[in-house]
Amino acid sequence: MDSYTSLEVRGISKQYRLGRTTSLDDGLRELLARSVSRMSRSRSADGPRRELIWALRDVSFDVAAGTAVGLVGRNGAGKSTLLKILSRITPPTTGEARVTGRIASLLEVGTGFQPELTGRENVFLSGSILGMKRREVRERFDRVVQFAEVERFVDTPVKRYSSGMFMRLAFSVAAHLEADILLMDEVLAVGDLAFQRRCLEKMDEVAHHGRTVVFVSHKLGAVRRLCQRVLYLDAGRLVADGPTQGVLARYVRDALVPPAGADGAGGTRFGAWRLAGRDEDTAHTCVAGDTITVRVPVRLARHVDHAWFQLALWGEGDEVVLSATSRDGGTPAMALQAGVHELAVRLQVPLRDGDYALELALCDVSGRDIERAELPPRLVVLPREDRALPRRSQGIVDVAVEFSCPAPDDPGPTGCP
Amino acid sequence: MKPPQFTISPARRWRMLDLAELWRYRELAFALLARDVKVRYRQTLIGVAWAALKPLLTMIVFTVVFSKIVNVPSDGHPYPVFLYSALLPWQFFSNSLTSAANSIIGSKDLITRVYFPRLIIPVASVGAGLVDMLISMGVLVVLMLIYGIAPTPALLAVPALMLLVTVTALGAGILVAAMSVSFRDFIHLLPFALQLWLFLTPVVYSTSIIPERWQWLALLNPMTGLVEGFRSAFLGTPFDLAAIAVSTLCAAALFVGGVAVFERVEQTFADLI
Repeated sequence: MDSYTSLEVRGISKQYRLGRTTSLDDGLRELLARSVSRMSRSRSADGPRRELIWALRDVSFDVAAGTAVGLVGRNGAGKSTLLKILSRITPPTTGEARVTGRIASLLEVGTGFQPELTGRENVFLSGSILGMKRREVRERFDRVVQFAEVERFVDTPVKRYSSGMFMRLAFSVAAHLEADILLMDEVLAVGDLAFQRRCLEKMDEVAHHGRTVVFVSHKLGAVRRLCQRVLYLDAGRLVADGPTQGVLARYVRDALVPPAGADGAGGTRFGAWRLAGRDEDTAHTCVAGDTITVRVPVRLARHVDHAWFQLALWGEGDEVVLSATSRDGGTPAMALQAGVHELAVRLQVPLRDGDYALELALCDVSGRDIERAELPPRLVVLPREDRALPRRSQGIVDVAVEFSCPAPDDPGPTGCP
Repeated sequence: MKPPQFTISPARRWRMLDLAELWRYRELAFALLARDVKVRYRQTLIGVAWAALKPLLTMIVFTVVFSKIVNVPSDGHPYPVFLYSALLPWQFFSNSLTSAANSIIGSKDLITRVYFPRLIIPVASVGAGLVDMLISMGVLVVLMLIYGIAPTPALLAVPALMLLVTVTALGAGILVAAMSVSFRDFIHLLPFALQLWLFLTPVVYSTSIIPERWQWLALLNPMTGLVEGFRSAFLGTPFDLAAIAVSTLCAAALFVGGVAVFERVEQTFADLI
């Protein structure tokens, strides 16, 4: 393995201005305000007062070539901003970073895909947008198409693709990129369960192939598997940097801090979940088929008019086994005051025994996340007591299934051979 | 062997245009250009023929209105050829300026997700316009055959004139594109500005119908020299070198100014768009 440093990040900070200009009125007003203040050399005196926030604050770290580094933190901690700065999409406000090697950023699947163009044309287009030479795309073309399982449709416009095919092709182009440093966001694992697993395998392969990887994820399982080292960002600052196990433990511990009176200054947070009506020992355990009520303290930093929640369960292979929103059940959007609430989610768990990660999201009216987080610890589902089957047979769900085979003298349904 | 290295640092107020980097990204420019051309005529019956048909139809409408109804003189040339030889550079200018101006806003997905020199985007837009123009030039050749206008050595000036129109459109296009990231107002204003500009430019009429004492005013318009230059090249009339010189200066100034403004704000695109 080469022994140079891929990333040398020194004191990177990024400041954003809230309340940006959108309308014509505001735009012109700001333009005028700016030229007036420039003339009078006093910037803060007039014009609308703008709130400045630091998305990143004095972040420094090195990454040696060939290491895979995880980047964790709550929403708004600055993970995406850091990735955007490292991939040169946006410049830092202060600080510097030296990047050694060819860098590729995969922040979203399907960047540059054009619905009118065919699969083949899109592979070349997306490839060159992601920084590949035509020759390189040509060399990889067959593998890309094969991995995406769209061989028969390469000359069909992608607007006729199913969304699964589209995602598979888009991921496949990205996965076959040639780069020394890969900046990856977790959204990369897409498609149906089988394909998601292959995405993760491919990412494993990439991460363990001597390439430098910076991987952002909320899924601690994936981070644990891919990365040797983890950077933990909180409110724009790098609060921990070290071996995966230790930093993740700290991150989980921080996430468990009950929201009420935590630090006073934070944003919207989810507290420690537990099952209703259980004691300490069984607060995170149920039996397959049970109907459970998950209680989660939710602290809101501000009033939200049309809030709705989403709960997802992730299986051991990082597949979604359940995803439900408060809108599915016909519950109207809720108006929630700032402060601490207790969310109760009642659901049936017809799942095979195993342990499942809970992911909770609070969304605003437009469907944007206000907060999204994995809620540790994992939910442990025990096998049903009447189960005679060996533990962990195939499948995800555990529902009542009856087989019968009528005796020959029973007329039974016609048409049987 | 150590791989390539670069440094990420805070945005600087003025930067030099990094030509070497643009050159490294040339394949992307061609990929985006090809995308623009392909997408424009996908799912049409006659495909790229539209590139020739659109100016032809405009020519017919303008001929009926300005030659048959209003009776605009055409310096003794057949009006359709007289008009089309000027419409050709004008439509190229107007179309590529519009698409270059819209190109940055229209590429939000790319800009917020991938790094590459942003200048590639409007350059590709103008390049796609150039392809259209070369196709629609075929119509002019046919018109010249129909009206029996013999080509003269003046035709040799066409590539140089085309370069000037390209540079003007690119300069103005990137200027509007850069400003419209913060203020979309420019995008809304542009169609009206271009409509007015068309009638201030001797496209449907000839400079010769402008009263003598206002001629200097027409020369201030950088498109006057270029449009009349195209006409002279195809019809074999003498070039107005003074007008072309003015246009050349304007083209250079617009381009340098456009690039400077663009480079100045380029780094903030991802945060503002």
